Amino acid sequence: MSPANPTVFIMGLRRSGKSSIRKVVFYDMQPLDTLYIESTSTTTSVQLESFTDITFQELPGQLNMFEPTPETDRLFQEVDALIYVIDAQDEYLHALANLQGILEYVAEHRPGLQVEVFIHKVDGLSDDFRLDTRRDIEQRVNDELIDADIENQVSLSFHLTSIFDHSIYEALSLVIQKLTPELPQLENMLNLLCQHSGIDKAFLFDVRSKMYLATDSSPVDIQTYEVCSDFIDVAVDLDNLYDSSGPEAGRPMLCTSILNNGVVLYLRQMIRGLSLVYLMRRESAQKLALVEYNTDLVAEGLEKLYAAKRKSRIPAAS
Amino acid sequence: MTATSSRRKLLLMGRSGSGKSSMRSIIFSNYSAYDTRRLGATMDVEHSNLRFLGNMTLNLWDCAGQDAFMETYFTTQKDHIFRMVEVLIHVFDVESEEISKDVETFALCLRQLSDYSPNAKIFVLIHKIDLVQPGKREEVYSSMMQALRETSKVYGFPIQGYATSIWDESLYKAWSSIVCELIPNMNAFESHLQHFAKISEAQEAILFEKTTFLVISHASYKTADMDPKRFEKISNIIKTYKQSCSKMRSQFQSLQLRGPGCTIIIENLTSNMFIMVILPRLEVQRKESHINAGDEDIVSLNIKAARKTFERLEMDKAR
Repeated sequence: MSPANPTVFIMGLRRSGKSSIRKVVFYDMQPLDTLYIESTSTTTSVQLESFTDITFQELPGQLNMFEPTPETDRLFQEVDALIYVIDAQDEYLHALANLQGILEYVAEHRPGLQVEVFIHKVDGLSDDFRLDTRRDIEQRVNDELIDADIENQVSLSFHLTSIFDHSIYEALSLVIQKLTPELPQLENMLNLLCQHSGIDKAFLFDVRSKMYLATDSSPVDIQTYEVCSDFIDVAVDLDNLYDSSGPEAGRPMLCTSILNNGVVLYLRQMIRGLSLVYLMRRESAQKLALVEYNTDLVAEGLEKLYAAKRKSRIPAAS
Repeated sequence: MTATSSRRKLLLMGRSGSGKSSMRSIIFSNYSAYDTRRLGATMDVEHSNLRFLGNMTLNLWDCAGQDAFMETYFTTQKDHIFRMVEVLIHVFDVESEEISKDVETFALCLRQLSDYSPNAKIFVLIHKIDLVQPGKREEVYSSMMQALRETSKVYGFPIQGYATSIWDESLYKAWSSIVCELIPNMNAFESHLQHFAKISEAQEAILFEKTTFLVISHASYKTADMDPKRFEKISNIIKTYKQSCSKMRSQFQSLQLRGPGCTIIIENLTSNMFIMVILPRLEVQRKESHINAGDEDIVSLNIKAARKTFERLEMDKAR
């Protein structure tokens, strides 16, 4: 039923910040510059080319309420996840009513569709107020669902996001992870890697968008994620300064950095714009040859997994 | 005498709101460009003693730019402010509405300096250049500089100008050249670095100051197709990275990058300096030298060996 590439809708009322998210994450726009972007009037899509190719489609928010038409029926047959963006700095009751309309439609036509609610623009709120807002929104949405008696037909999750820090990348990472069918295999691979090489934390990053496709099963600490994602920037920027040759099939990029409390950051380029980034202690960095050998095994595994994925998709697409 | 020779007085002047304290905070106090929005107005003169390269102290006088304070600088306090100045850094806001008044203030400063410290070096920073459209920046900058050159000619000072912005790497370029002017044995650093780069068969070797990551010196071979702004960009990249390391409650110590086309090594050289060595592209390297696998290790060894020499150079500077 669904085409080869998963599709994600980004919806929300106008001025809720949908285009800003798209431009900051996929086009590397500076967050401050998004103050000046114009309102999006047509459906705009952007392709994330990574381990799983995902199409993100942004629907314009001008429609006051969601009105079902044959066109939307067709659109909704092709969607695999839905992101609904709510402006947390504005009055959100209106947005919640709109969301309710969409959820009712989803429950009827596409039960089980994954709906992600981004409580957006939380950068202007204090920490306490963020949690209050989140609780309030969750409460209201769930109450409405129970009233409409559809609470079992939709799967909802909530995220606090802002384009001025890393939270938007983290939220989107979780969304794309849900759309990657090979996620268990990837996680298992990283778990094995961490166990056998003495690595504290490993992320599989998509370098261009800086979202992570998978991580090992230890809990994600946002600070670790930020440092790893900044580390990618450093490696890529430095390499760009001195490498005029362009992308070349040679040795993959490899970058290590030592901090003075003994933490070692390690980056290794993988297939299709992916990179593995680790955080480890200096003790395990002494066995760097072992880490490198294990990393090569992961790279091999990733290639095989991707080849298998492609093979299984080609007959489906034709 | 030794005390005065390693203490250097820098005056940071400019009309109010032109961005003087923001610059200082970014370069010397690890602020990010966003953080500077929180800075309030400076009152009177804010002194800061910044240690640079270990034993050199930069005595930075951040002078408030409000008219009320300005007036006292040129009347009652002139003797105190303008005596024994080594460097004047005058900041101009490109968006300023009273350019003639800005230039007038600059002229007043120069007049005092020609009386009290005729050997001072003058730098002008055309600041907030990010507010001008990219195509017009060059034009705005050169017309400003022409006006300022004419002003300064009367007092016999040659001036150096930079277009700067806190939102990109131009700030590092300007400050790097200001600070380099103050290092006495620059030539020794340069020649030793040249030698080092040659021995390591490096494409380029760069010396950075540790806390500010300003470029002190560099030795380059094959500069043909390299980015002319690379030094400032590196300062900027590493500075951002250092901030991100502080999130882990730690400090940056070293970095090794083995890219598809080059190898980059950044390491501590002395207690006050970092060195960055760039080895050329792989094929070239294979042909010209006998080094291939493990070239990073050899450079690391070289750095270790060079440590003593550079430490001695630093000590020499103190005397």
